Amino acid sequence: MAQATRKKPVATTANAAVSARTLAQTHFRTLRLGTPFQPRLDALAKTQDWYNWAGYRAPHSLWDEELEYFAIRSQAALFDISPMTKYRIEGPDAEAFLDRVTLRDVTKLRPGRVHYTAWCDDEGFVLDDGTLFRLSPTRFRLCSQERHLPWLLDSALGFDVTVEEETEAVAGLALQGPTSFAVLRDAGFTGVEKLKIFDLAEFPHDGGTVIISRTGFTGDLGYELFVPADKALSLWDRLMTAGELRGIRAIGYTALNRARLEAGLIVANADFTTAEHAIRADRLRMPDEIGLGFMIDLEKAHFNGRRAILEARTRRRLRHVLVGLEIEGNIPAEHAIVYYKKSQEVGLVSAAMWSPMAKRNIAIASLARPYGDTVVEDLWVEIYAMRELQYQKLMKRAKVVARPFIKLDRRTANPPADF
Amino acid sequence: MKAWDAIIIGGGHNGLVNACYLQRAGLDVLVVEKNDWVGGAATSRELTPGFLYSNCSYVCSLFRPEIMRDLDLPRFGLQVISYEGGAVFRRDGDYLANYRDHDAHRREFARFSKRDAEAYDRYSRDVTRQCRFIQPLLMRTAPDPTSLRPRDLGELLYLGKKFAGLSAEEMALTLRFWTMSISEFLDEYFETDVIKANFALSGIIGTALGPMSPGTAYVLLHHYMGEVDGSVGAWGYARGGMGAVTKALAASFKASGGTIRTSAEVDHVLVNRGKAKGVVLAGGEEIYGKLVVSNADVKRTFLKLVEEKELPDIFLRRVKNFKIRGSSGKVNIALDSLPEFPALPKDSPVYRGDMHFTDSIERMERAYDDWKAGRWSADPFLDMVIPTTLDPTMAPPGKHFMSCFVQYAPPKVNGREWTDADRDGFAESVIAQIAEYSPGFRDRIVHMEVRTPREIEAEVGLTEGNIFQGELTFDQLLFNRPVPGYAQYRSPLGGLYMCGSSTHPGGGVMGAPGRNAAAEILRDLAKSTSHMSPAHDVI
Repeated sequence: MAQATRKKPVATTANAAVSARTLAQTHFRTLRLGTPFQPRLDALAKTQDWYNWAGYRAPHSLWDEELEYFAIRSQAALFDISPMTKYRIEGPDAEAFLDRVTLRDVTKLRPGRVHYTAWCDDEGFVLDDGTLFRLSPTRFRLCSQERHLPWLLDSALGFDVTVEEETEAVAGLALQGPTSFAVLRDAGFTGVEKLKIFDLAEFPHDGGTVIISRTGFTGDLGYELFVPADKALSLWDRLMTAGELRGIRAIGYTALNRARLEAGLIVANADFTTAEHAIRADRLRMPDEIGLGFMIDLEKAHFNGRRAILEARTRRRLRHVLVGLEIEGNIPAEHAIVYYKKSQEVGLVSAAMWSPMAKRNIAIASLARPYGDTVVEDLWVEIYAMRELQYQKLMKRAKVVARPFIKLDRRTANPPADF
Repeated sequence: MKAWDAIIIGGGHNGLVNACYLQRAGLDVLVVEKNDWVGGAATSRELTPGFLYSNCSYVCSLFRPEIMRDLDLPRFGLQVISYEGGAVFRRDGDYLANYRDHDAHRREFARFSKRDAEAYDRYSRDVTRQCRFIQPLLMRTAPDPTSLRPRDLGELLYLGKKFAGLSAEEMALTLRFWTMSISEFLDEYFETDVIKANFALSGIIGTALGPMSPGTAYVLLHHYMGEVDGSVGAWGYARGGMGAVTKALAASFKASGGTIRTSAEVDHVLVNRGKAKGVVLAGGEEIYGKLVVSNADVKRTFLKLVEEKELPDIFLRRVKNFKIRGSSGKVNIALDSLPEFPALPKDSPVYRGDMHFTDSIERMERAYDDWKAGRWSADPFLDMVIPTTLDPTMAPPGKHFMSCFVQYAPPKVNGREWTDADRDGFAESVIAQIAEYSPGFRDRIVHMEVRTPREIEAEVGLTEGNIFQGELTFDQLLFNRPVPGYAQYRSPLGGLYMCGSSTHPGGGVMGAPGRNAAAEILRDLAKSTSHMSPAHDVI
């Protein structure tokens, strides 16, 4: 042998960090994690109809997707939102940092309040939308569909703030529907009646606390509850017990998705493509192009994407618009192409349904401006309805309408009613 | 005396692809191959009874599906099976795995860094965008930027339009991607050594560059732009070993009426008044052809098979300076049982993927330092696979074939030729590395084949054993591959064409050079190319 082989011993004494890391190796055996509520969901999952929500086993439905929808609108529906990405953002500069990262004015978000917001990259393209919870003057929780840790950490340079991903540590539940307030009150959450829409407060639970906010994704009276993962099951049981006489039911995503569409709310990577996932450059969207222009506050301090957004507005470079459509007939127009004068392709429907609450055929669509913006007449959708292995092709008139498609007084009533 | 319509020198995958397309266009084609088997660097050889060795190339992704379809290769036995993932073993007893499932992949990265775990989406978006830019260029002849011919202008326009179609940010990224080092490129996304090492390996495989050398980011792209049945970036095993690719090509060629002569080494190309007229075999036999296509690399073709006096000076000088440096070797091993890696859970899918032991970019660069000094790497980089975990045809049940691609191995050891003792030392560096992570590994070895650049050049004919038939650096890509002015598969000699990986779009078992060369030849002969599918749309 002309050359000696250098010896390089493999370390045998693993330190604590290594052993913790090694213990976590086995995750490959469970490709779809259960959430902290999984034992309860499993017990109720009569349909066994699961989908992959950000790596978690989440129910499309649990027992009957249509009846689950009616539970939202008539009683109280319990939906597990634990897979939602959650970041804990804390520090003296947390407010300034979030004001810089997100579109809306965070200095106006008081402790104990929540707002729906979005954030953009430097080009002004939307990275995601989500909800920002102000838990204290210096502590926030940001909830979103996608993951943004590198973006948040990079943006934190120069701010005295820590950003920590806490998706697995914090379990979340949405309790939505007309009796949701009554359920919480009966469960003993004293003072919950004081919560106005977008308020949050901490309540004692099982030796710890649960954060309850009057928020939701249904356009109905409803609340969201966040609790440390180890208190998840006791919270579930507390709600289910209290809700028994108020018609509480656990539901899956299909039902929730219907409610959110009636409420006119959009879903990232369903109704628009988030900037860090868009492979095709023309799929990127500015806030004004997906109906989030209302969030932009040019009076507030500098925020990511401000320059680009302003430039696109002044130079009229906004190419798309997201609109609500009301379509004639009752056949859902999911993923239908939108035409101008029945011939010129001008956009795509991203979500559609027959709305039981509005008794209308509704949809959310993205159109190429000026269609949907200044030109709103003579719009049509071509629906391919598969019926027993044949497409019934329908050309139906579409009317641009305001969102939300339904407005329920009980959502904002104070004090909230029992049903 | 019979004159063939075309004689292909070398029965490697590109030679056979070229031959198939020409034969199907109605030409009478002869392939001459020096070995008594075909396949070049894509072979499956039974070197010990019961075990098939993919003894050069060992995994498949780049081979163009359009070619598989055109030449009916599935009918002739070609099947490619996606494999499951892989891992980089760490020195602290842990490993970093790659899983096909997106969320498992993220959780695996999060074991080391939550930030890196969430950075993966951005990284894969950017790499995917670049692959989509390059993919359509693979099946097109690179334009000659100095030419005013309408076709070249059209192709230049196509390239320009594609480039102009990128956003400013993407354009910047494209240029950076084609010129940066993989190490610097990865620094923009990740912070963890082992995660960077995990990606950086695709930037060095096959090249005589280190992860810190400019140009290696493109090499990564070159390894990512393939696919397995539409899954872009995926790699798989050819069922029956990589020889299944060339076996299917040879069968397809013969089925369409083509002729292959093995054990027929070409000594030189017959040239008469600046035009190729055929080949002369090592035994002196002359075979005449209306045109000659060389699947050999550009150096072998023009420095060994053609007399210098037949070639223009500048061309010759550029061919001599063409970078085709030996940097890798192979250790192919027959095992009487599946090796165990105590770091890996027994049911880990990593066994069915590619495994590595170099857990930092620094170690890769140190391995490269040895190469620069004229030594094989004392702590080599290995790309190790056990295809028999998915392919039952290559070894008896329970037995396994293991392929270890090894980097770095210099073309010469301390400036002199490799000796058998060097080869054994090189093999020992590999076995020792594996055995550190797999106790008892040595006892499982039934048979072993060790290939340094010396063996690869001698048997396969690749100059210096360079697997790409020339470095994939930007100065040797597109219209500069292999040399400026001769990037369209033609040569200074009339009737002599090139179809090997020395030509655009470069190395790997891709088949595109062979196919594109056939298109140019048929164009010169004013024959139809309607039997050649254009590149699949990238939508």
